[in-house]
Amino acid sequence: MTAGERGPALVLDGAAVDRGGRRIWSHGSLTVPGGAAVVVIGPNGSGKTTLLEVVLGTCPLAEGRVTVLGEPPRRGNPRIGYVPQHYAATVGDAVRARDLVALGLTGTRWGLGRLRPDERARVDAALDAVGAAEFADRRMARLSGGQQQRVAIAQALVGDPDLLLLDEPLAHLDVRHQQEIVDVLRGIHQEREVTVLVVAHDLNPLLPVLTAGVYLVDGHPHYAEIGDVVDEELLTHLYGARVKVVRTAQGDLFMRSG
Amino acid sequence: MAVHPPAALAAIGYQPEWLAVLGEDFMRRALAGGVLVAVAAGVLGYFVVIRRHAFAAHALAHIGFPGATGAVLLGLPVTLGLLAFCTAGGLAIGWFGRRWADREVATGTILGFATGLGVLFSSMGTRSAATVTSVLFGNLLAIAPDQLAVFAGCTVVLVGVMALIARPLTFASLNPEVAEAKGVPVRALGVAFMVLLALVITMAVQVVGTLLLFGLVVTPAATALLMTARPAAVVACSTALGAVAVVLGLVLSAMFDLPPSFPIVALSFLGWLLALAVSRRGAASRD
Ligand SMILES: Nc1ncnc2c1ncn2[C@@H]1O[C@H](COP(=O)(O)OP(=O)(O)OP(=O)(O)O)[C@@H](O)[C@H]1O
Ligand SMILES: [Mg+2]
Repeated sequence: MTAGERGPALVLDGAAVDRGGRRIWSHGSLTVPGGAAVVVIGPNGSGKTTLLEVVLGTCPLAEGRVTVLGEPPRRGNPRIGYVPQHYAATVGDAVRARDLVALGLTGTRWGLGRLRPDERARVDAALDAVGAAEFADRRMARLSGGQQQRVAIAQALVGDPDLLLLDEPLAHLDVRHQQEIVDVLRGIHQEREVTVLVVAHDLNPLLPVLTAGVYLVDGHPHYAEIGDVVDEELLTHLYGARVKVVRTAQGDLFMRSG
Repeated sequence: MAVHPPAALAAIGYQPEWLAVLGEDFMRRALAGGVLVAVAAGVLGYFVVIRRHAFAAHALAHIGFPGATGAVLLGLPVTLGLLAFCTAGGLAIGWFGRRWADREVATGTILGFATGLGVLFSSMGTRSAATVTSVLFGNLLAIAPDQLAVFAGCTVVLVGVMALIARPLTFASLNPEVAEAKGVPVRALGVAFMVLLALVITMAVQVVGTLLLFGLVVTPAATALLMTARPAAVVACSTALGAVAVVLGLVLSAMFDLPPSFPIVALSFLGWLLALAVSRRGAASRD
């Protein structure tokens, strides 16, 4: 299936959001095609997390309309997988990675009852897909930041979503672990028919995966193909600090500050 | 100076007729009541730990104190006063402290006010001195038959409700943002949990008292979590640990004429120390 047949993953139409009585962003009109791998960039506090919450249906629009996978956003949409910012901060020492991933599948279910064999298989498959199988039985707090991030992605992935929302999955990771998470994302994006929206401050490690970007600048969200997002003028304006874009001999883009 | 063994035992209060004491009606009620509370506390303890509600649990016990003394003042049953104040406190903490950081402050503030009320009420009543002691230190040996029936009813309700909400509550406790996005009623579950916790604490205060409550509500779960992280195993284990502490504690209290709260909490503490030592050693040998 190609992206065109699938229909857009996200459509904003004149969208605006308020939080705590303040307008966070407005005039959001954009279409994210199905199957895209989109980075969401913008300075701190520009409303990137808020955009994900709009998509999840946990933050209502003040104006305009939003369509997610062809429907209005609603909490509890099983077609969406979500890894919040600071995921590991709330988890603590009391839970195994595997149990956390299983909650992504059964956490909304009332009553007791063990995992069914098919559910167990799905949990194993999700752990495998992110390369977390070998430490699945360890406690979350005993895992490194990169390992925790894999588990978080496995939890979002276990329901086999059509849309994956990742809020700063590379934060606090060193270069090698960033690279490993990006490889995981690339695998997921290639093997599954999934649209990925990933919030990030540093585009560089993600460039091999990305097809497009949503950038929040001057209080408005915009959508562009990745080639147009990696632009000196745009990024310098966006971050309010000088950014350089370099093209390597292989044709790869990369950015440097200063 | 040589001391004969019987004299030494007598010095620490050894009661030769302890076996007979264990068979008495009041002791049977104490055993049954204590085990019921240990079961309820064991089930909730896991969630107290994963939700980081330890301070709230501690505070709720103390918030119950003015309820108990106030009830004596008005001539009402102590359990009723405890329940009213614990529930109100639980709802207030659940409502004001939605995020962990807020909750610590909200809890402490409410705790401070409630303790003030407790001081006022206990200074107003002349009859309340005995109540103050039994609320602070627990009075397991004075459990009445109707109280036991209330304990049994409460434990059944608690275990039933927890069985129903265990999974979404675990999800909401560990991944609040994800659970919220997945449609779990995170806030309602949080408030419901505080009410259940208030119920457990109302019971547990009558067993070990507000000052020692931690030993029955939090310590067994913490001990269990040192041994395993599988949710079902943690709950089973903390329930068993609490029940063993209650039963052995009562036996010791009969043998040495001690107030039962002390051996119960002491055993609970010893279990925790032991588990800590074993898990440390285990971790050291793995690394
Ligand atoms: N629950 C809330 N209530 C009130 N205001 C909020 C709430 N959540 C966020 N805000 C405000 O909305 C604005 C956007 O926040 P958001 O978290 O979406 O930013 P962000 O782009 O994700 O920032 P960061 O890069 O720091 O994660 C901020 O000014 C923030 O203070
Ligand atoms: Mg954010």
